[in-house]
Amino acid sequence: MNNSDTALELLKSLGIDIGHVFTEDVAKIQVHQNKVVGLHLVPGLRVQADEMKDGIEAEILIEKGMKIEKPIHICFGVLPEEGLQKVKLHIRAQEESKAMILAHCTFPNARQVKHIMDADIEIEHNAHYAYFERHVHGPKGGVDVIPNAKVHVQEGAEFSTEFELIKGSAGNIEFQYEVNAEAQSKTEMTARISGTNNDQIRLHETVRLLGEYSMGVIVSHIALKQYAIADIENTLVAHAPFSRGHVDCKEIVVGNAQAKAVPTVLVKNPTAHVTHEAAIGSVDAKQLVTLMAHGLNEDEATDLIIEGLLSKKQNWQNMIKEME
Amino acid sequence: MDGKILTVDDLTLSVQNKKILRGIKMEIWAGHIHAIIGPNGAGKSTLVSAIMGLPGYKPEQGKICFLGENITNLPVFERAQRGLTLAWQEPARFEGLSVEKFILTGAKNKCHKRAEEVLEMVGLDPHKYLNRAVDKTLSGGERKRIELASIIAMEPKLILLDEPDSGIDIDALEKIFSLLKKLKQDGITIVAITHSLAVLSQADHAFLMCCGKILDKGDVNRIASYFRNKCIPCNHDRFMVSTIETAP
Repeated sequence: MNNSDTALELLKSLGIDIGHVFTEDVAKIQVHQNKVVGLHLVPGLRVQADEMKDGIEAEILIEKGMKIEKPIHICFGVLPEEGLQKVKLHIRAQEESKAMILAHCTFPNARQVKHIMDADIEIEHNAHYAYFERHVHGPKGGVDVIPNAKVHVQEGAEFSTEFELIKGSAGNIEFQYEVNAEAQSKTEMTARISGTNNDQIRLHETVRLLGEYSMGVIVSHIALKQYAIADIENTLVAHAPFSRGHVDCKEIVVGNAQAKAVPTVLVKNPTAHVTHEAAIGSVDAKQLVTLMAHGLNEDEATDLIIEGLLSKKQNWQNMIKEME
Repeated sequence: MDGKILTVDDLTLSVQNKKILRGIKMEIWAGHIHAIIGPNGAGKSTLVSAIMGLPGYKPEQGKICFLGENITNLPVFERAQRGLTLAWQEPARFEGLSVEKFILTGAKNKCHKRAEEVLEMVGLDPHKYLNRAVDKTLSGGERKRIELASIIAMEPKLILLDEPDSGIDIDALEKIFSLLKKLKQDGITIVAITHSLAVLSQADHAFLMCCGKILDKGDVNRIASYFRNKCIPCNHDRFMVSTIETAP
């Protein structure tokens, strides 16, 4: 298969209508294993990608003051049943720039695939950077997903990220994000994951509010079925005066699944304010009987409640709809 | 069936070893609005929970028949599929579930237009509400009206309404009352449980309930007068010992 055929196969596995999406004003970066199989840039975006033995290393730069209108599409994937993909990303959104990235990671046939991502992300002064990452896995799992990111959000900047894995079997996820947030910055991190079979999900996220009036929100919504296990640690530390934060962790556990959640909030300044909510358990009984009183059986009602818990945030919805 | 859509016969039920319903007998006539009125703790909510078959409300004895079929042992969703449903005093919240999806969950006609129609019927602007989530961003009164809209979309034969006026402002209440009349005109039977005389006044027929028993049934004005003069001022404990055996 040549590069364009491989790129096409990656997109097909995601169900994306490529004819509709990839007009000239949409940037794209497509990576299969250690090969860049598709690259199209737009003004304001610079990408330097180097192939490594078992992956790629890429620098992505959004230039100062540039506002990239359409979401940049990134696709990482491994089509064979076995493989290793290491991705090293250095992302910098320069001052006053604005960009949204829609990333898809696809491993549709995986039996023994490992996807490791190490990223350092710098969001400069007053820049806006939003990153949505959707994973598409096969029904049998067989994927180790190990994303690790260190993020620095400078004064007045906005950083939001949303990780979604609700189709297929999650496999083994070890997710670790750390964010240092400067004055008057905003950080929002959301993870929505569905675990089934023997999936193991480990999610550790930390936001440090270092600057005055910085804001941070960490949201984890997880649904677990069968023998899936989740271990969630969300930490929000408010160092700075008038910083504000919230941690929201909700997990629904069905069957023999197990969930552990440790939301940690630490306030180191008396003018800061941080809240948290955590709920783990089976499906809410009142929600269940409400839907059953609408004529749904217990399984249908449970699935609908889980679908709601794992649904996309409103601000991403139009973007995804347009893309797919 | 002789015009009876629901019959409850000798229904007795305990919750956590406490007897809540004591040999309830009722007949609900099709196409009418019925009210069950009584003080707090009378057992009204327990009665509708048992009729709906909610978990934890299985009768120790007695029988519930809907459209001539014994439904006493049917699960909730099968009762709903037969045309019996319940609107809660405090509706549940559903994070991430849109108003439109919630309304169409049990709807006979699962199209966007129908969701708009039923929202308009409960006095809510579809353009403002259809894409919102049924979550904590909605007030209790809004969720109540949305739940009522979802129930109308089901086109049920009998609706159990638990305290339809609680959390509803006065303007919206008038809307709800005219809606009840409209549903009645459409042939839908309504059983509203309440301790409000305003709700009672909307009914064609009333049951007076206290201490797990039906004390009286029949004319709404007579039941209202008794409730106003005797039940409201009555100390509940005194009511239990002195009035229960001498009800009108």
